[in-house]
Amino acid sequence: MKSKRSITTRKWTDRLVRAFSALAVALAVLTMLWIIGTVIAYGHHALRPSFLINPSRPYGIANGGIANALLGTIAITFGAAAIAVPPALLGGIYLSEYKDNRAITSVLRFSATVMMGMPSVIIGLFVYMIMVVPSGHFSGLAGSVALAIIMYPVIMRSTEDMLGMVPYTLRESALALGMTRTRTTLRIICFAARKGLLTGVLLALARVSGETAPLLFTALFADSWPTNYFGGPTANMPVLITEYATNSPFAEMHQSGWGAALVVMMLVLTINIATRLLFRGQNDGH
Amino acid sequence: MIIVRTDSIFYWLCLICAALAGLLMLGFFVQLSLSSAATWREFGLGFLFSRDWDPVANHFGALPSIVGTLCTTVIALLIAIPLAFAAALFLVDAPPLIAGVLSHAIDLLAAIPSVIYGMWGLFVLAPIMQEHVQPVMVDVLRLHRLPLLGRFVGEYFNGFGILTAGIILAIMVLPYICAILRDVIRMTPPMLRESAYGIGCTRWETAKDILLRYGIRGVLGGIFIGLGRALGETMAVLFVIGNLMDMPEDIFSGATTIAATLANNFAEADGLQRSALFALGLVLLLMSFAIQVAAQYYLHATSARRGESRS
Repeated sequence: MKSKRSITTRKWTDRLVRAFSALAVALAVLTMLWIIGTVIAYGHHALRPSFLINPSRPYGIANGGIANALLGTIAITFGAAAIAVPPALLGGIYLSEYKDNRAITSVLRFSATVMMGMPSVIIGLFVYMIMVVPSGHFSGLAGSVALAIIMYPVIMRSTEDMLGMVPYTLRESALALGMTRTRTTLRIICFAARKGLLTGVLLALARVSGETAPLLFTALFADSWPTNYFGGPTANMPVLITEYATNSPFAEMHQSGWGAALVVMMLVLTINIATRLLFRGQNDGH
Repeated sequence: MIIVRTDSIFYWLCLICAALAGLLMLGFFVQLSLSSAATWREFGLGFLFSRDWDPVANHFGALPSIVGTLCTTVIALLIAIPLAFAAALFLVDAPPLIAGVLSHAIDLLAAIPSVIYGMWGLFVLAPIMQEHVQPVMVDVLRLHRLPLLGRFVGEYFNGFGILTAGIILAIMVLPYICAILRDVIRMTPPMLRESAYGIGCTRWETAKDILLRYGIRGVLGGIFIGLGRALGETMAVLFVIGNLMDMPEDIFSGATTIAATLANNFAEADGLQRSALFALGLVLLLMSFAIQVAAQYYLHATSARRGESRS
């Protein structure tokens, strides 16, 4: 047994820990505000209309912007969504609706969960080998595939969770009316869970739109408009930020980097917060 | 019958799509093993323990990267775990409205893209470390003179290096660990907490003797999730680690991590060096895989939907 401690010591320890608890929360929230504040403070100078409508240019040429990178990021991200969302939804449906083979279901669920924790740089390497090397060039499409692989398990698991929340009686009623399994699943279950499904997709989209590491191996960067999405390096925001912040000694480039960081951050946080606010209650706390 | 056929087609379609998860996971291992085969043939398992990284002499070793990865991760967890636990305790007991707002605020830390952490680290945190934090640690507190721990603190600093990277990683993994700890604490039966209060335990005693013990598996799972995040983080580390392919001497020295080495050297590497980078990738994949398996093992027992889907 522990030696007897006086009530005063115990009370003071408790108070100290409680103060530390409050401090920890304050620290986390303030750091969050500090980071966002820094990006806004440094980045807002760069946000002129010309910055948003001109393409990026090599250093020394005036009036460089980020428009090509912004379009490239949009193309790559939506390309990723187009690749990942249909199979991820179907995969989620399998995990949630077809429980005839427990072993397969749990193995696949386990794989998806483990895959969510895989470092994105590994996925970059993988896509580099399966797409960039065989085709002989970097491409926006390869970037999309990399982001799609990151999104895929996230959407699959969120789909499974959301479909799992639909009451069982709904399935039984639909089947009792003579609907087929397919129709029941697509028209009744998925329809009932549509908000949750959309939330999952949007959160995954927000998460990958700021991903950088896999794009270094796949989409790379180019100072041109992203017309070469299928056949060559494609401009995108995260790599532009990386290039301007680390590989350039010029203050002007840093400034543009901050501006680009501000745009990406606003994009990601807007999708994230809007999704949470709009669909609150559907997946509150989860 | 056409209906039966649609149903079975749909079933197989779903199964194939779900199976993609397993196939991709397998694909990572197969592809990285194939691409790194040359390195394993050349250096064998000695690759893991060699300190050299010399593209000119074509000799490569993984030890500096592995040690750098482990050091940054350990520092990140040492900082993040106490903070996350304390924050989770506060949030669970706070009034629902305040707790909700603050929880979402902390979750936002996980939503900020890692490249922005990197920039912030490079332009804001590193200068602060150099001008304020590290001078205090060395000149005022004289930490490098401490008998045992002093070995890990260097006399020379420039703001970059393992400690700075560790701090950034700590901020990045904090929301993940905190979210899981919140769930774990909430899942403790209220009866247990009430009994503890009933026999006169203070909140802290309840937390450490009841909540922590009851939810220890969940806590471990949360720590493993944070560990996995910190291990594979690339951009934030790349900006502040210093990117030196040497063994780190102390927590102020520049170093590298596996992920940072990959991102930094891949573009100009070819031949054996590229294969060595793939070998590093395979090492990272194996480490992450083991950690995720451990995390799932511990979280499975508490069987709640949770974890990274909140992003």
